[in-house]
Amino acid sequence: MNNGILRNMRPTFFYAFLGLVFMFAAPNVLQLFTIINLTTAIALAVLALSLALIWGYGGILCFGQVAFFGLGAYAYTIAAINFGDTTPAILVAVMITAAFAAALGYFIFFGRVSDVYLGVITLTVTLIFFSLIRRTSGPEYKIGKALLGGFNGVSSPPLNLPWDRSSFLFPEHVFYVAMAALILCYLFVGWLVHTRFGRVCVAIRENELRAELLGYDSRLYKLGIFTIGAGIAAIGGVLFCNGVGRITPDVFSLYNAALTIIWVIVGGRGTLIGPVGATFALFYLTSALGGQSLLNNNLVLGVILIVFVLLVPKGVAPTVTDWVMARRKKAPKRVRRRARPQTERME
Amino acid sequence: MTRQRGDVVVETRGLCMHFGGVRAVDQVDFTLFDRELRCLIGPNGAGKSTFFKCLTGQLTPTAGEVLIRGQDMTGAEPFEVASLGVGIKTQVPNVFDGLTVDENLWVSARRWHDDRRARALVSETIERLRLGDIRKMQLGRLAHGQRQWVELGMVVVAEPWLVLLDEPAAGMTHEETFRTAELIEEINKTSALIVVEHDMQFIRLISRKVTLFHEGGILMEDTMDAISADKRAREVYLGHRA
Ligand SMILES: Nc1ncnc2c1ncn2[C@@H]1O[C@H](COP(=O)(O)OP(=O)(O)OP(=O)(O)O)[C@@H](O)[C@H]1O
Ligand SMILES: [Mg+2]
Repeated sequence: MNNGILRNMRPTFFYAFLGLVFMFAAPNVLQLFTIINLTTAIALAVLALSLALIWGYGGILCFGQVAFFGLGAYAYTIAAINFGDTTPAILVAVMITAAFAAALGYFIFFGRVSDVYLGVITLTVTLIFFSLIRRTSGPEYKIGKALLGGFNGVSSPPLNLPWDRSSFLFPEHVFYVAMAALILCYLFVGWLVHTRFGRVCVAIRENELRAELLGYDSRLYKLGIFTIGAGIAAIGGVLFCNGVGRITPDVFSLYNAALTIIWVIVGGRGTLIGPVGATFALFYLTSALGGQSLLNNNLVLGVILIVFVLLVPKGVAPTVTDWVMARRKKAPKRVRRRARPQTERME
Repeated sequence: MTRQRGDVVVETRGLCMHFGGVRAVDQVDFTLFDRELRCLIGPNGAGKSTFFKCLTGQLTPTAGEVLIRGQDMTGAEPFEVASLGVGIKTQVPNVFDGLTVDENLWVSARRWHDDRRARALVSETIERLRLGDIRKMQLGRLAHGQRQWVELGMVVVAEPWLVLLDEPAAGMTHEETFRTAELIEEINKTSALIVVEHDMQFIRLISRKVTLFHEGGILMEDTMDAISADKRAREVYLGHRA
């Protein structure tokens, strides 16, 4: 069984290896400014990965994946300020977010809420966070030692060494941590989708009634994948705080909620590397566009979304795979055609 | 629990399923014994599928009880019914379109067994149902009859002790229908079955005892020959078919 999973994970290992090469090469080649920027992109890629899991494999179109990302970021920041140590803060962030998602998911899945309403509910939750946290600017809004800071947000303490809370990591080290976290999350998710759990989730995505008629409690599987996805989004949130150095209610904005969906659509549902790659690509596209004033950022993203929905509906990664497969299928035919005259001659 | 031929495996008491004013199933008392093979017939809209959905947890009956092996399953979820070891095929084909034939069967077998055993069972079933040529194909690309066949495979691969099939031969070719009848006979060696069917020829191939539904209730319960001979039964059903 394990051999089977490892064999199926070959492409996953390949991309993880590429990531590893990038992780050690980038700081030697790129400037510090770029490296710091990259950390933010990596955080967003982890967020995309989490939606790629629950939407692409679980079939759950969660419109509020940023809610878990932002919740993780806030929980990390507040916990880190209070503890004076970031290592337990990471754990707290992931656990609070997963617990919140489990509670929300319990009502959604055990209440058998339909897919459309699931989207509406998750988006609403996100926007509630957005407007609630924006209103927390006064000095009375604090959790322990941490002021919430309203729309200005809170500045996040940088990561410290797990064994020494007084030595903080430099930005280039944070980059290593972020990249390692992305690779580990990617390997974990890549493994998960090949386990029994992951494959049953895909079956439920394909036909929920059929899965139930085979004896699987679809509610439990959906709740499970939803919660795991939220935990991974929280890890992205923690990295995001470290890339940007601050967390503001803007993470919960409609713009960011939509952007997450766009990454997965462009990269391709049902793959993991697609959405991760698309996040980097679009992150650099928007930063490049940020430097000019000719084209509006949102307009460009809107156009990209429309182009993909209409022309590349499966997304980049599945389309490329299909194309390669089609070419591979053709290849043996060519060989056969060439071989045939020879055999005739031999006869 | 030891199984004996005389045990009651499915029982309904006063089962009703009303949709507003429509009495799709009305006061049905039904009994199925272990290893029995029962056909449900009846004209369109007689309530066969609705009855079937009440048995499999797809619908919660308005009134009455469903007992499976003596356990009260009224209003249970479909996965709870299936988890008793019941194999179910619905009237509308329900398969995993994006997965291959292999994967479809694997998901079914893996519910009960570890990966190695599941894969062995899948290979066995593929051979038994002669799906070898298409085992790597996605279900979405298969013809209707093949999809039906794979769905039957998903039922068989799990080795259920009770099998419920709603129109298993619908849309199949003559040869496929014949093979389905053979398969059902084979399943019946180890399991009890309820088969909803329209196809008279098919029913004559497999039937022992037939339950005739009419307007939500059971009109008759007898052998096919006796039903064919009955005047009332011919009026409601056979008159315009056989
Ligand atoms: N969800 C529903 N809502 C309202 N009425 C329904 C519903 N499902 C079934 N009915 C009605 O209940 C009656 C029985 O339908 P059912 O599908 O059980 O018939 P059937 O015997 O399976 O017919 P067929 O041979 O065509 O499959 C029909 O009159 C149908 O219109
Ligand atoms: Mg029917």
